[in-house]
Amino acid sequence: MNSESVATIFINAALVNNFVLAYFLGICPFLGVSAKLATATRMGAAVCFVMLVSSLSAYGINMLLEATGATFLRLICFIVVIASMVQLVEMFVRKSSPTLFKALGIFLPLITTNCAILGLALFQTNKGYDMIQSVFYALGAGVGFTLALVLMAGIREKLALATLPDSVDGTAISLMIAGILSLAFMGFAGLG
Amino acid sequence: MDNQQATSADTFIKGLWRDNPVFVQVLGMCPVLAVTNSAVNALTMGLATLFVLLMSNIMVSLLRNWIPKEVRIASFILIIATFVTLVDYVIQAISLDLHKNLGAFISLIVVNCLILGRAEAFASKHPPLSSVLDALGMGTGFTFALLCMGSIRELLGNGSVFGWALFADSYQPWVVMILPSGGFFTLGVLMLVINRINKRVALSNARSEA
Repeated sequence: MNSESVATIFINAALVNNFVLAYFLGICPFLGVSAKLATATRMGAAVCFVMLVSSLSAYGINMLLEATGATFLRLICFIVVIASMVQLVEMFVRKSSPTLFKALGIFLPLITTNCAILGLALFQTNKGYDMIQSVFYALGAGVGFTLALVLMAGIREKLALATLPDSVDGTAISLMIAGILSLAFMGFAGLG
Repeated sequence: MDNQQATSADTFIKGLWRDNPVFVQVLGMCPVLAVTNSAVNALTMGLATLFVLLMSNIMVSLLRNWIPKEVRIASFILIIATFVTLVDYVIQAISLDLHKNLGAFISLIVVNCLILGRAEAFASKHPPLSSVLDALGMGTGFTFALLCMGSIRELLGNGSVFGWALFADSYQPWVVMILPSGGFFTLGVLMLVINRINKRVALSNARSEA
């Protein structure tokens, strides 16, 4: 059992050990959906929601697996649950906002293969968080992911107006920016 | 027959450079950035991914006519997760230190878009033999990319490659290179170089044709 306070856990997951910039989880959507600010915000919200739900289910499943002694099935169970959660969110978004559904495009189903979600489930299990701690961990991770995505999208919107050399354009410059952002986030080390 | 062989060779070779999963397709970025702070970690991760890719491509290709279209993604993920669990336990048995260094990233091979992408785009449509070649090509390309990253970062950040010190003691290591931001920088610079080379090649090809 882990005795960290929920505030520490939240700040840790959101800023100090930001999932994208320190753990490199969820890089694909980070590079793929961060071209426009509006899309980035919504993607962040979708990921937050999926994180919260899958963190809760992961906690439940882990208890069940530990009770039955079948922990080697952990990975398989987690991924199946996450896939079903994503399916659920996808159906919800398609019904409630077709424009958003179009804007997110392929990246919505790809949340399934977003390592940040599975990473969250695995980390919280490894750290032995209880239910409340898990929820705050998921919230922090989601907020951190959204923050990184929105920051990146803001910079890239400005960058679209700048003239860049041919060879740097595209992924290369995005990665450099991410590197600088990651350096900036290192300033949070020691907090919490 | 000649034509047949040419295609199978091409199936293997395309993963190495032209369709390199990391540098060209930008797939499977998370492990590329996360575990490449030393060459040993990078190599282990590359080989583990190669194995999972190979086994899952074989399974998917064998089962491609039995898996219903509607549940194919879920089935692919189950197949992949099975092999990843296997690899996880094997690495734990071989070297506990290595397992600790790589942390959750071995389990996270499950969500490597590269593997699911190959299962969906290639193995589910092709017979086992060419799927094997495809997996070997892509996996080697991926390992190569990881090794590039790992060696560069370890060399600059620690002054060594595979733990062998290459520089004199007076060398001041760039600690930033083994920190997370170093991963982004290294990959960014590598992409820049590769873009540049590809542009040069395309330009000279266009010139020689004209």
